[in-house]
Amino acid sequence: MDLKLPPIDYAALAPILVLFGASCLGILVEAILPRARRHLAQLVLGLLAVVGALVAVVLNAHDRLVTAGSAVAIDGPTLFLQGAILVLGGMGLLLIGERSVQRGGEFVAHAAVTVGSPEDQRQAADEGGATEVYPLTLFAISGMLLFVAANDLLTMFIALEVFSLPLYLLCALARRRRLLSQEAALKYFLLGSYASAFFLFGMALVYGFTVGAGGTTSGGGVDFGTIRTAVTDSDASEVLLFAGLALLSIGLLFKIAAAPFHVWTPDVYQGAPTPITGFMAACTKVAAFGGLLRVLHVAFSGASWDFTPVLGGIAVLTMLVGAILAVTQTDIKRLLAYSSVANAGYLLVGALAISKDGLSSTMFYLVAYGFTVLAAFGVVTLVRDADGEATHLSRWAGLGRRSPLLAGLFTFLLLAFAGIPLTSGFTSKFAVFGAALDAGQSWLVIAGVLTSMILAFPYLRVVVMMWLSEPGESTPTVSLPGGLTTTALAIGVLATLVLGVAPAPLLDLANGAAEFVR
Amino acid sequence: MEHSVEYAHATGLLGSVWLLVAIPLVSAAILLLLGRRADRWGHWLGVASVGAIFVLGLSYFFSLRGLENRSVELSLWDFIAIGNLHVDFGLLYDPLAAVFVLLITGVGFLIHLYAVGYMSHDAGRRKFFGFFNLFVAAMLLLVLGNNYVMLYVGWEGVGLASYLLISFWQDRPSAATAGKKAFLMNRVGDAGLAIAIFIMFATLGSTQFADVFNGASQLAGGTVLAIGLLLLLGAAGKSGQFPLQAWLPDAMEGPTPVSALIHAATMVTAGVYLIARSNPIFSLDPTLQTVVVSVGALTLLMGCIIGAAKDDIKRVLAWSTVSQIGYMFLGVGLGGGAYALAIIHLLAHGFFKANMFLGAGSVMHGMKDQVDIRRFGGLAKYMKITWITFGLGWLAIIGMWPFSGFFTKEPIIVEAFARDDWTAWLYGGAALLGAGLTAFYMTRLFVLTFHGPKRWTEDIEHPHESPAIMTVPLILLGLGSVVAGGLMATPVASWLTPVLGHGEHHEPVLSHTVITVLSLLLTVLGAGLAWMLFRNGTALVEQPAGPVVRAARRNLYTDAFNETVFEKPGIFLTRALVFLDNRGIDGLVNALAAAVGGGSGRLRRLQTGFVRSYAMSMLTGAVLVVAAFLAVQLGWLA
Repeated sequence: MDLKLPPIDYAALAPILVLFGASCLGILVEAILPRARRHLAQLVLGLLAVVGALVAVVLNAHDRLVTAGSAVAIDGPTLFLQGAILVLGGMGLLLIGERSVQRGGEFVAHAAVTVGSPEDQRQAADEGGATEVYPLTLFAISGMLLFVAANDLLTMFIALEVFSLPLYLLCALARRRRLLSQEAALKYFLLGSYASAFFLFGMALVYGFTVGAGGTTSGGGVDFGTIRTAVTDSDASEVLLFAGLALLSIGLLFKIAAAPFHVWTPDVYQGAPTPITGFMAACTKVAAFGGLLRVLHVAFSGASWDFTPVLGGIAVLTMLVGAILAVTQTDIKRLLAYSSVANAGYLLVGALAISKDGLSSTMFYLVAYGFTVLAAFGVVTLVRDADGEATHLSRWAGLGRRSPLLAGLFTFLLLAFAGIPLTSGFTSKFAVFGAALDAGQSWLVIAGVLTSMILAFPYLRVVVMMWLSEPGESTPTVSLPGGLTTTALAIGVLATLVLGVAPAPLLDLANGAAEFVR
Repeated sequence: MEHSVEYAHATGLLGSVWLLVAIPLVSAAILLLLGRRADRWGHWLGVASVGAIFVLGLSYFFSLRGLENRSVELSLWDFIAIGNLHVDFGLLYDPLAAVFVLLITGVGFLIHLYAVGYMSHDAGRRKFFGFFNLFVAAMLLLVLGNNYVMLYVGWEGVGLASYLLISFWQDRPSAATAGKKAFLMNRVGDAGLAIAIFIMFATLGSTQFADVFNGASQLAGGTVLAIGLLLLLGAAGKSGQFPLQAWLPDAMEGPTPVSALIHAATMVTAGVYLIARSNPIFSLDPTLQTVVVSVGALTLLMGCIIGAAKDDIKRVLAWSTVSQIGYMFLGVGLGGGAYALAIIHLLAHGFFKANMFLGAGSVMHGMKDQVDIRRFGGLAKYMKITWITFGLGWLAIIGMWPFSGFFTKEPIIVEAFARDDWTAWLYGGAALLGAGLTAFYMTRLFVLTFHGPKRWTEDIEHPHESPAIMTVPLILLGLGSVVAGGLMATPVASWLTPVLGHGEHHEPVLSHTVITVLSLLLTVLGAGLAWMLFRNGTALVEQPAGPVVRAARRNLYTDAFNETVFEKPGIFLTRALVFLDNRGIDGLVNALAAAVGGGSGRLRRLQTGFVRSYAMSMLTGAVLVVAAFLAVQLGWLA
């Protein structure tokens, strides 16, 4: 049999390859270096890899091509989102690498130790944490980079698994509240696999559709070009197409945490180690939306009149569920989880505007939200008592008196979530709503405005609690952040401010990048 | 519009109008970020920053007077630009903005000064001034923005500051509830404003004032009506007008200077500003104007009736604010020349209402925070300055000649009588009746507080006058209550002509003199009746009363209405969602299991977080999504 390899443009794939190589190297470091030196070596390796990949993305900035057969597309959205994932992933690494807040870091040394046993208590107290988290994180990032570039459903599925599997593991590695963490990981894994199955099944149906629609070409395919042609030209049975698209989108909607596939979000966000939660909330969202945007805008754009009502309904439901349930939360991590659900709804509003503006405003929103949410979870890691983080909201009462600076920063971030003007939360919502309106989706905009009015309430309640309540006996202390967390926090808060006051440069960048190769 | 709206670019001194927003903003940031280090001098920084922008505002005012076009625009930077959507971060300084700047900074300065004394015993004084400065910055941005998005930025900012300041004494549960109520009702209004802005963008492609005003006449009638009604919803939310009036009286839980500045003189008049600013839109559609007039007339009567039945000094004043803003809405709704009348009444009201609120604060200061007017009485002897200044405010608000209110309220009543159909009698009559009722309830408040027998609680022996830092602002505002209206009426009207246009003059259905005599007569009657009834004090506890008074005590049942129509369904929806999210599917699975296994003990394990129930809800969702896709598809085929 004559097997011909397709030509591969390695330079265009450099960002993915750099990170993939670095994660393999990280595993070697685990095997070779003595335990004491691993932390520093891994952290430096990880940050170098992220910076290196970012440089590669910048160097590739003008690439608009499809390579490796038709498996990978390197175009404006790919490069923009890869850059976003790398910057946010780098911030995530900084939070993950912090060791001065909790002795030995947020991660457990030996994940297999029985919860509650004497060994467990000893390692919770003082043992240095696992350093496997770094290669795992890098694997996850490289999977995300591939996910946003994937140009066929199979590559997309593989990338999905590459970034999901490390995340399942990472969720289980919390040093404190081990049971909660392991439970979260297992839930995430089970439900994630379940969602993957939907995705696979959808892929099979779509393949069936393209085969039926094949006509002149030899059989079907799962690359987006073939699907696109089949959708526009074919008169084959569209039941396969729409059943397939429905199942595919369920797989993706699970990752972006859209209702009713959001059920895992609060539990997982709460149980996972907080730096990982932040990483997931920022980077997974960027990656998952990158994939969804490509699927909707490239492969199925010919059917947009048919999927917009259904996905629009999901967007409305997601915004409603996220906003209303956020009101009743009493745990800051669960509150942020529901806020992340609601934000998935706003992002869907932008993603469903099948236009250049819809694409660019959604990408802008992803970046803006990523910075804010990472910084917010960074603050959560700092509010602690003897048992680790104090996440119950009642414990945050009066925090403004104890540590005005940190409470001030957190207030600012909450105002951004609430979409108060002069923060990135306002400009990004405004941009997606504007794009949706231009695309004729005014019902989504009305739903978006109304739910964001509700959603502002839980955030402002926290603000009032922090500033206007007397600190009680149980108000936890705020740890002095180390350099790494400080850097991540500073970047997040500054970005939230700058993107709120002068968002034009990034909007221009997103606008210039908002064109898929087809 | 017969002429197109254009603004010149700001040059020279006017190129620095952005300082008006920047200075209080920086001051707020310093106060809030420095923490306790700024405790000793923080309040003075707060006062100084507002004083500084008052001086700046005056000098801008005079340089604007020298200009031919009398309006300048300053585009600072591109705020949001995506696709066709283009929003400037820009300011517009024109006659309308200029008078608001002077009101906000002038009255704001006096109230800041007063608050130094009023809050002197409060541990959170620095923080209070931080929020207060934040409010001033946001309010100035609101009136200075050159497009609706900038206006919205300020709008949200004042809402935020107001919410924080109402909840300032968070340890009182009533303050927390009031904060929530204000927040929720304002959000309803804000949603209206936001949607109106998006409609402008969708139909006109811009939110710049100039583009919107020039393009509005080309819009379809329905669109204009929709934009106008949504703007009105926003305005009603912020200004406490029907049907969103319930939050304003509750907002009095905040410290008294807050009530004076935010909930009497400035923020609550933002709705009037919004409508006056959007006058080219409102003037296009007579139906729209009639709606505004009706809201104004209805609210002004409601405010009077409820105000007459309340016993809390600040709430009476709050309902009177609701009612006076009703007059202003009536004015902006009448359109034409009445736009300027409403703004003039707004300015005069800013003085006399701030004066009376600060007076009420001074009374509370001397009476150990008592607010019940049934427990006052005879205070005139003990608090001379407060008595006299409050008295001037009282004469001004009831519209007694030659005090401020006479010159500003009277013309609005005349204009209401000048509509060209039978509605002249309806709205004119309402405005006239309102004048009589106002005289009644304000006199009741004044007499019960300062005259008649003492009805103090036992712990008060010798009430004292407030310190000079509180009485000096009172005296200045008292002077303003006397002269502001008379001095401003004519010059301000001509000053505002470039923005609000000339009104055609209609003749009222009754002659000018007759209306004036009637309204003065009603005022004297109302005041005299109240004086007769209450000069000997009143019962210390609530007395049984007829249906009207009972209804007024219950805020004319509007709260009960809100509760049944909005609150209960809202709570139910939330509970249902929480149940579905946590328990619903899970409960189903467990109930089945329990039924099958026959053990009720299993039901006790009904708890949240089972993977199987999550998977179940995902499956349900998946089935629905696939079904929906196919349904859309089949529907399309059919």
